[in-house]
Amino acid sequence: MKKDIVLCGVGGDGIVSVAKIISDAALNMGLNLKQSEIHGMSQRGGSVFSHLRLSSDEIYADVIPEGHADIILSSEPMEALRYLPWLAKDGWIITNNEPFVNITNYPDMEKVNAELGKIKNLVSFNASEIAKAIKARSNMVLLGATVPYLGIDLAKVEEAIMHIFGSKGAEVVEVNMKALHAGYEQATK
Amino acid sequence: MEKILLLGDEAIAQGFIDAGGSAINSYPGTPSTQITEYVMKSKQAKELGVRANWCANEKTALEASIGVAYAGKRAMTCMKHVGLNVCGDPFMNAAIIGTKGVLIVVADDPSMFSSQDEQDSRFYGHWAMIPMLEPSNQQEAYDMVHFGFDLSEKLGTPVLYRIPTRLAHSRAGVVRKPVRKQNELTEPADARSFVLLPANAKRLYRDLIDKQPAFTKASEESGYNKYIDGENKKLGIITTGIAYNYLMENFPDGKCPYPVVKITQYPLPYNMINKLYDEVDEILVLEDGQPFVEEQIKGFLGKGKKVMGRLDETIRRDGELNAEKVAKALGMKADSGLAVPEVVTNRPPALCQGCPHVDSYNALNAVMANHKGGKVFGDIGCYTLGFNMHAINTTVCMGASITMAKGASEVGIFPSVAVIGDGTFGHSGMTGLLDCVNEKANVVVMILDNDITAMTGGQPSSANNKIRQICEGLGVAPEHIRDIIPLPKNHDENVRIIEEEVNYNGVSVIIPHRTCLVELKKHLKK
Repeated sequence: MKKDIVLCGVGGDGIVSVAKIISDAALNMGLNLKQSEIHGMSQRGGSVFSHLRLSSDEIYADVIPEGHADIILSSEPMEALRYLPWLAKDGWIITNNEPFVNITNYPDMEKVNAELGKIKNLVSFNASEIAKAIKARSNMVLLGATVPYLGIDLAKVEEAIMHIFGSKGAEVVEVNMKALHAGYEQATK
Repeated sequence: MEKILLLGDEAIAQGFIDAGGSAINSYPGTPSTQITEYVMKSKQAKELGVRANWCANEKTALEASIGVAYAGKRAMTCMKHVGLNVCGDPFMNAAIIGTKGVLIVVADDPSMFSSQDEQDSRFYGHWAMIPMLEPSNQQEAYDMVHFGFDLSEKLGTPVLYRIPTRLAHSRAGVVRKPVRKQNELTEPADARSFVLLPANAKRLYRDLIDKQPAFTKASEESGYNKYIDGENKKLGIITTGIAYNYLMENFPDGKCPYPVVKITQYPLPYNMINKLYDEVDEILVLEDGQPFVEEQIKGFLGKGKKVMGRLDETIRRDGELNAEKVAKALGMKADSGLAVPEVVTNRPPALCQGCPHVDSYNALNAVMANHKGGKVFGDIGCYTLGFNMHAINTTVCMGASITMAKGASEVGIFPSVAVIGDGTFGHSGMTGLLDCVNEKANVVVMILDNDITAMTGGQPSSANNKIRQICEGLGVAPEHIRDIIPLPKNHDENVRIIEEEVNYNGVSVIIPHRTCLVELKKHLKK
């Protein structure tokens, strides 16, 4: 088993916590993993990314070489496009299609969607809307939508959510579970 | 023992606690901050009575650790690469003393993710003539803290411990070792060794020179440097630290056809590298940083067998190393994905919405618009992003805002304004302000006080709640220390106050004070 995942978005949107949950599940399955992230200046509302590598064999580099990502998981449509050089030929893009506009020259959404439309394996949907309806965070909805492509059972991801959010109370666990399942349904329907 | 998931930084921190560390004294700086933070938050460290401090700057931090070592206990000081410049003085002299039980951990930032240069700390270690460690993965990062302290105590020398951003900020599973007891309080074996009077220093420097063969022997024999044979002798490869991973990434079966010397400990193992040189036709040096090893192997004249690397730009000299660059250097074909579509625009980091700095800069910009020829000298922190608001003209190094403003004002720039945060003011702004007072410089110093060292994730700021007193103590006239609250509703009043101080011929300090929003949110959550 080997999965290379680029997680990307905009600083402060919680994409790194998604990486932590997948990592927790992978570690429990006895997989090797490396997860790199960026701290510091680039966190402040800029474009951010994390590389997550899972494998049953030894993993060498902390970062994924270009053209090797099995999955690009993005919280924002334009950010998904920014990391296309990493996408493997048969890789998947799972992205929120709700733009995050904190710059004055954000491109025309039609053009962004047209570029996304060229991707063979694409799951693009409005995760923010789904999250809002159930008062959850969109990053957990996106995680749910990624699970079918992850090679990790839904049950294992649920366990990781319980492990990581357990100390914050049953209510927090429940809302994250709800978001996870909503995303999962979106990708499998 | 079970594997725990740790950042490279956290692996070093856990290693420090488990290796019997007594005190960690640091100054925050990306990508090193999470080491000291981890120790501060660790329940185990608390129970063991491990002291964890954020200090005013890297110099005060390292000096405190030398004090810990004087008492016979194990200490660590962590910083980013440019922090090593700030503590260059105690660093060089800790080497002369032969300070035992001190690890100086420096996180370099190739590709400058969050820094102003790419300086490679290994040159410092080489200059100070002390052993260095450069782990290649998170497990080694943990193990080598234990090893580094043992080495330091055995050989009588501080040890420089270098990691790059990618190791600092990447997680992997780590297996821990048993916890070692802290050292007892002891007197130094040679009390004179801590007194660097010339008579003592001459003897100690000679001792340091005489220790060099033992340092090299340790590099040959510790097991951390490895000679890994390969059947294709056309090329020999030297890797340092995480560069080994970028090499092996290109051989998914885990078998590199070329002989490899894998370096994680310095001085360079002479015998291993000599053997490699004898057995192969050409040498390729892979380093995540500047061409430190390559330059030593190649020598000034570059005669003998061909040595390739960053010096001859076989690999681009700037930027971090990666598997693709290594593939290219080996003449292998690297995969590539799709190009970034043209529609994608840059999304640079920016000040948060509602950030107090934005209001400070709006007021300052309004004043400066009326003073053509005026300049604003910036400093290092979140407020450096004021560059995107056209609010600052310079950013050089920690504290340089005040001193550059002083220098510029003295040769005719008016108005000459410095902008510095509360954290950076405590780090190295105070002495510059004293210079201004002594020379009666015509400057306006704005100390943006948001109660926290924000850019590195919210560490306490050493000058917190004392900025006015510090300025008064340094001799700034109390009536020219002005407190303002940076909020949109105060804009006009703030503009008026800044304008008044611009027109005062002397040292003015303006303190816009409002808590960092990120920090405020954290407190509200609690």
